[in-house]
Amino acid sequence: MKTENDIAIKVQGLAKRFGDVQAVTAVDFEVNTGELFGFLGPNGAGKTTTINMLTGLARPDAGTIHIGGIDCTRRPRAAQHLIGVVPDESNLYPELSGFDNLGFCAALYGMGKAERQARAKELLEAFDLTKAAGRRFGGYSKGMKRRLTIAAGIIHRPRILFLDEPTTGIDVASARQLRQLIGDLHKNGTTIFLTTHYIEEAERLCDRIAFIMSGRIVRIDTVANLVQPIREKHVMQITFANGVNDLSDRLAEEFPGLNFTSPEPGLIQVEADAPIRVGPLVRFLEDRGAEVAEARRIRPSLEDVFVRITGVGADVMRKEKEKSGGNQ
Amino acid sequence: MKHWIAFWNILTKDFRTYYLKPPNISWGLIFPLAWTGMFFIRSGRGMESISSILPGVTALSILFGTTSLLAVTVTFEKKNRSFERLLLAPIPLELLMLAKTSGAILFGVVNAFVPVLMAAFLVDLGHVNWLVFIPAVVLISVASTFLGLFIAVAVSEVFEAQTFSNFFRFPMIFLCGLFFPISALPVFLKPLAYALPLTYGADMLHGAIHGGNIMSVPLNLAILAAFCAGLFMVSLRNIRRRWIA
Ligand SMILES: Nc1ncnc2c1ncn2[C@@H]1O[C@H](COP(=O)(O)OP(=O)(O)OP(=O)(O)O)[C@@H](O)[C@H]1O
Ligand SMILES: [Mg+2]
Repeated sequence: MKTENDIAIKVQGLAKRFGDVQAVTAVDFEVNTGELFGFLGPNGAGKTTTINMLTGLARPDAGTIHIGGIDCTRRPRAAQHLIGVVPDESNLYPELSGFDNLGFCAALYGMGKAERQARAKELLEAFDLTKAAGRRFGGYSKGMKRRLTIAAGIIHRPRILFLDEPTTGIDVASARQLRQLIGDLHKNGTTIFLTTHYIEEAERLCDRIAFIMSGRIVRIDTVANLVQPIREKHVMQITFANGVNDLSDRLAEEFPGLNFTSPEPGLIQVEADAPIRVGPLVRFLEDRGAEVAEARRIRPSLEDVFVRITGVGADVMRKEKEKSGGNQ
Repeated sequence: MKHWIAFWNILTKDFRTYYLKPPNISWGLIFPLAWTGMFFIRSGRGMESISSILPGVTALSILFGTTSLLAVTVTFEKKNRSFERLLLAPIPLELLMLAKTSGAILFGVVNAFVPVLMAAFLVDLGHVNWLVFIPAVVLISVASTFLGLFIAVAVSEVFEAQTFSNFFRFPMIFLCGLFFPISALPVFLKPLAYALPLTYGADMLHGAIHGGNIMSVPLNLAILAAFCAGLFMVSLRNIRRRWIA
């Protein structure tokens, strides 16, 4: 039996429309205290709209919201003291320095001067921005801006943190560093609501994931459960060092339990419901003049789950990433 | 206590980033200086007329000094999204908006004393009733600031805020009895004059500087205070409805 303390965020029947666009439709979910909850969906799915409603920046057309047990349905800003928010675009002050931005944000939460300065220094250090502390925020690079925006979001040590696409549009090293920081916050007990359209990121970080498409949640489950049905499928790719004739038919004859396809020349993909034994396969191929360069087990990913559930191809998601300037 | 730390820091941040910047200093202070100089010279009726023009010039300095500032501290911050940061903070909206407006109110009061200081060099202001003049200046400043807030919240672009403020400001120069008595207005414009907050402020300033106010000081104060409260409340309601929409 879950008590109120175990549930950090509870949302029922949430809906929001902008003109003709139904941005969010009948969204229900619960986020447990201390959980890292992923909200995954393509561009325009309704992720930011949902965050805005949860954080008191937008009023839902319908539905109820509870944050940390506080009913925020009628009073959207009632739980502001519990939450920290890192928006998809920076909303810090371009004319203030990094240090002053953090100090100002801390002051908004009522922190005293000495505490503000100590905390700002600590975070600048943690986010590798100490050297830039005195420079105008407006002159920061994209990655630096993102890091300072995250620092500003956690300056008051919120119990519940909302992160809207924290790693979009920054380089690989910074993204990795950020994921590390997010992981650390999670370990320290912060409840995290993370939106992303990077499937790998969600898979690596999250305890549970909700898939959202066109404003509707299509599936919510733990990462383990989501990947399970596909895990039961075993996939292997065999690459050849030399050109070979098409052996698919003879392979299918010899190994009836396995399913063979050739996605590209010089490559055979093997799928089965049981573990695939490599030895007999390779021997069979080499006996017929093929030179096997590599036999590789393919780990099924959340991406496959996503494609299966939503019908949105992985390539579409990848294109979205490139469009929004992100790279992993 | 926590709320006051937030309040104070919002106020001082606005001062550092906006009010004390050269463009605002020059616009805020040179504008009233220019107004005053122009009116003092143009009146051409000798030094005695300065005290008859002073109420109008003082009121205009406040009006122009305050209304434009809200376009920056509110509309601009809403536009570049930093206003969201304030809405995310655990502060009551009333206190937040008071923090965002107190700077402009203070700025308006300072502006009011530019023409007063200039006049003090030219004529004897010994007869001025400061006990009426100062509350009048403060309330005019509050009312103009909240009028600016009302406008800043109603628009989404900074230039719209400027245009929309002129829609209020210029008619007020002529309708509020600043330079021409309301009794000289055409009959059909008189009700309009009494619907504008500045009319009551101007009446108090006239009374304080050279006597001859139409309404009593307490009545003027009460009506002006009611305008302030009304404009502030409508602005807050608009923020709740339009910005947390
Ligand atoms: N203020 C608004 N006015 C009008 N339409 C809006 C507004 N905000 C969002 N929308 C629309 O609502 C839908 C959901 O948008 P939202 O920003 O929530 O998507 P998202 O999942 O965050 O996408 P992204 O990955 O691009 O950030 C979109 O169709 C968007 O155009
Ligand atoms: Mg978004």
